[in-house]
Amino acid sequence: MNAAELQKKTPFRLTLPEEEILSPGHLACQGCGAAMAMRYALKALGRNTILSIPACCWAVIDGPFPYSAAGVPVFHCAFETAASTAAGITHALSRLGLDEITTVAWAGDGGTFDIGLQALSGAAERNDNMIYVVYDNEAYMNTGIQRSSATPHGAWTTTTPTLQFKKGPKKNIMEIMVAHSIPYAATANIAYPEDLVKKLQKARSLRGMRFLHVYAPCPTGWKHAPGVTVKIARMATECNVFPIYEVEEGVYSINRRNPNPKPVAEYLKMQGRFHHLREEDVQFIQSRVDRDWQRLIKLEQAFGKAAGT
Amino acid sequence: MKKVLTGNFAAAYAAVAARVQVISAYPITPQTTIVEILSELVARGELAADFIKVESEHSALAACIGAQAAGARTFTATSAQGLALMHELIHWTGRARLPIVLANVNRAMAPGWSIWADATDAISERDTGWMQIYCEDNQEVFDSILMAYRIGERAEILLPTLVNLDAFFLSHTSQVVDLYDAERIDAFLPPYRPAVKLDVADPRSFGALTSPDYYYEFSYKIQKAHEAARQVIAETGKEFGSVFGRSYGLTEAYRCEDAEYVLVTYGTIAGTAKVAADRLREKGFRAGVLKIRYFRPFPAEDVVRILGRAAAAGVVDRAISYGQAGPFYTETRSVLPGAGPALTGFIAGLGGRDVSVADLESMFLQLRDGKHSPIVWIGVKP
Repeated sequence: MNAAELQKKTPFRLTLPEEEILSPGHLACQGCGAAMAMRYALKALGRNTILSIPACCWAVIDGPFPYSAAGVPVFHCAFETAASTAAGITHALSRLGLDEITTVAWAGDGGTFDIGLQALSGAAERNDNMIYVVYDNEAYMNTGIQRSSATPHGAWTTTTPTLQFKKGPKKNIMEIMVAHSIPYAATANIAYPEDLVKKLQKARSLRGMRFLHVYAPCPTGWKHAPGVTVKIARMATECNVFPIYEVEEGVYSINRRNPNPKPVAEYLKMQGRFHHLREEDVQFIQSRVDRDWQRLIKLEQAFGKAAGT
Repeated sequence: MKKVLTGNFAAAYAAVAARVQVISAYPITPQTTIVEILSELVARGELAADFIKVESEHSALAACIGAQAAGARTFTATSAQGLALMHELIHWTGRARLPIVLANVNRAMAPGWSIWADATDAISERDTGWMQIYCEDNQEVFDSILMAYRIGERAEILLPTLVNLDAFFLSHTSQVVDLYDAERIDAFLPPYRPAVKLDVADPRSFGALTSPDYYYEFSYKIQKAHEAARQVIAETGKEFGSVFGRSYGLTEAYRCEDAEYVLVTYGTIAGTAKVAADRLREKGFRAGVLKIRYFRPFPAEDVVRILGRAAAAGVVDRAISYGQAGPFYTETRSVLPGAGPALTGFIAGLGGRDVSVADLESMFLQLRDGKHSPIVWIGVKP
């Protein structure tokens, strides 16, 4: 049934672009947040897009040679080169008079927060004309759930076993990118596809380095049922673990507020990777989430639109 | 048009003459003047290119890979540690079949820190699918870069090329270089128009997960491209001669027709060896020099044909493969038939130590004296 027929049967308001560019035959696990992120991203960006994808889940999800699910050109690049390869692509397109094509670096958290951070910093400092999307599933999922610097405090991974779980906070990649004074940096969450699509469309209308940090749960690595991916992702924002905000030319806007944020414990208990945590661990995580949220509010007060003049 | 240029300037002017569209490079001594002059020429509008001033050599080659895959002709330059940092992407370029040209200023690897000539940096990139050229003078640097694009971009080749020039002996030494004229160069090297590239009208994925069902054949095709390149290199070198007056082959045989004793070598040592051969010939000693231009593809036929006529031959390496011998020695040994001439391997000039005419004369005389060994150290201090 196509959208028109569906519309006749059950009237609804289509809030996302209808065209499906990503093919259904991809290799993502059931309930994969990264696959949803790409589906929405391609809807937002359209077919005039070239992807640079390093080693990450998406290097596999797109399909083995000679198959490709993305529906747009994909250049598989070395692990630490999503941004530097995309820099080459975007400069070549510009030199060849093909500026209307959007160059997208599409990398996981390991390829962004860790091994690819230098190349990303270089491209951001040069303000190379690309959209850089990190789909964040908070560990090296493709290699089998090893901790990355995006893994949150308290999480189990195969290299942070429950007896010695991940200690220390997740690296704040947004603040690192904002510190480069890039035109646009935003967080988004697969549980809020309209927001994600709107941000990518805004990003596409701008030039220079545009950065999107997309929250993308991983049932395999987070130890939850494939059917609750979206629920968990939404909960992450509803309890302020993953705030939705954007920073445009240094101006902060929090896009989603929770007048009564849910307790972090509710989010944690939905995922097997946190099951070993004791009450005091949960309280500690809650205190850090509250502190980080207050910090974000202060940033918006100081550098938001209201603070403007 | 002739100019007095250092090897680095010759490399930079060759990139300009080739009308490269994207440059991406990172500074490293003694390559720096290549990136400096290219920055200047791009800023002045004398070269219509984007110069991506990256934060590392790793990103330099990654950016070239992205740009070349998107359909632009690209150029980069580095040396020693920088080439080593690129190593992962050197493999990537070869397997992606992207005809990027890289000017590498041969410099010794640290530690200790050395900025002087040594080919071990480039030899370490032997098995990556790149073609490798070693230049004797600055004219050859200029000419080799132009030919490298022409050869590498051929549909049946599609291979990247490492054009090597010795640190300081070429990079910072001025010589007269004929830059020809743009019209003839443009006719010789038409714009880069790859049959396949990143194209939104024809979306494909490049470099995807490749099962054993396919990987083996990709490797086979790279080897076949190298084998095919031997003839293309020879033909292009001849054509270059008919257009510009200087012909090139995979090797250059100097006074080898009747030579009893031949030294095989590469880079600037080849020029010094020619002088040594001339001097010895004045004394009736029939000396010849076989300069290897292309290390990959290795010019097996030339080596067998030319050394087959000699009584004894030696290979002079400004590089070493620890635990074995000089890399050009082992390559030469591997292609000679069992009954081939007695072969000696000389290790000389590592880390930029001078290799004099007298040193090379003594090597020729050692060939005559018949103590043949895989490794003979020249001037090693106790």
